[in-house]
Amino acid sequence: MGKKYKKVVVLPCSGIGKVYGALARETAYELVEKVRPGLATLTCLPLLVINDPEAVALVTENPVITIDGCPKDCAKKSVEAVGGRVAKAYEAIRFYKEHKDLKPEGIAEVNDTGRQLAQVAAAEIAPEVDKLAAGEEQ
Amino acid sequence: MDIQVQKVGIVSCSGEEIPEGTLCRLACRQALDERPGETVTICLPLFIAGGEEERTFAQNYPTITVDGCDKMCAAKATEMLSGKPSKSLSIPEILKKHGLTPPTKLRHFGPEEDAAVKAVAAEIAQAVDKVLEEA
Repeated sequence: MGKKYKKVVVLPCSGIGKVYGALARETAYELVEKVRPGLATLTCLPLLVINDPEAVALVTENPVITIDGCPKDCAKKSVEAVGGRVAKAYEAIRFYKEHKDLKPEGIAEVNDTGRQLAQVAAAEIAPEVDKLAAGEEQ
Repeated sequence: MDIQVQKVGIVSCSGEEIPEGTLCRLACRQALDERPGETVTICLPLFIAGGEEERTFAQNYPTITVDGCDKMCAAKATEMLSGKPSKSLSIPEILKKHGLTPPTKLRHFGPEEDAAVKAVAAEIAQAVDKVLEEA
């Protein structure tokens, strides 16, 4: 078993033009606020873009889960660009593909169905958060 | 030859960690939707994750950055990685100017946050007009 962590960083896409960017954020908020509060933590992705020392330390000293909204993988690449290692990378569309009855809509924020899908996605990601915090998966 | 500027780039901070970031995204989205022929946007992290096309964004469009806090990520990242913005807007300054209270939640904005979203979107729209006039 590896090192244990008090924080697992969940980093969503910053996109403001696509529904899956909004779904990625909603999923991250669900994890941080409701599903794993106190353990899952967020930082602003743009802070990594400007090399903010606190944000860089957060993603280099703790396990990171990224949730991207499109194949450009901004969240994942931004972590890697500052020397962080992404422990688990998700693309938000995957959750819709696995739950076709929950079609998300909306651009800046998802609709009610999108919120339901984010709850499902957060529940699916939560065990990964636990494993990473326990040092079981590196 | 004079080149007429037809579109203004809007770069939102996105700030996932702070309520002002959500306000920023919603207001930028509203401004983009209200001025579809005159505005275009880019996801800020694409300055790093994207290709040459994304990195030359601020060279191809006069750009307005909108930031949710005094770290000014959008303004700094745009200048550092793409080109100097034409205007830099700050959410805290706009809220102060309009006597509005900063939002307190990260998501699910409703009627309580509506005035703030509209005020920021209106400031962005005014900035778009100015940039187009000055171009």
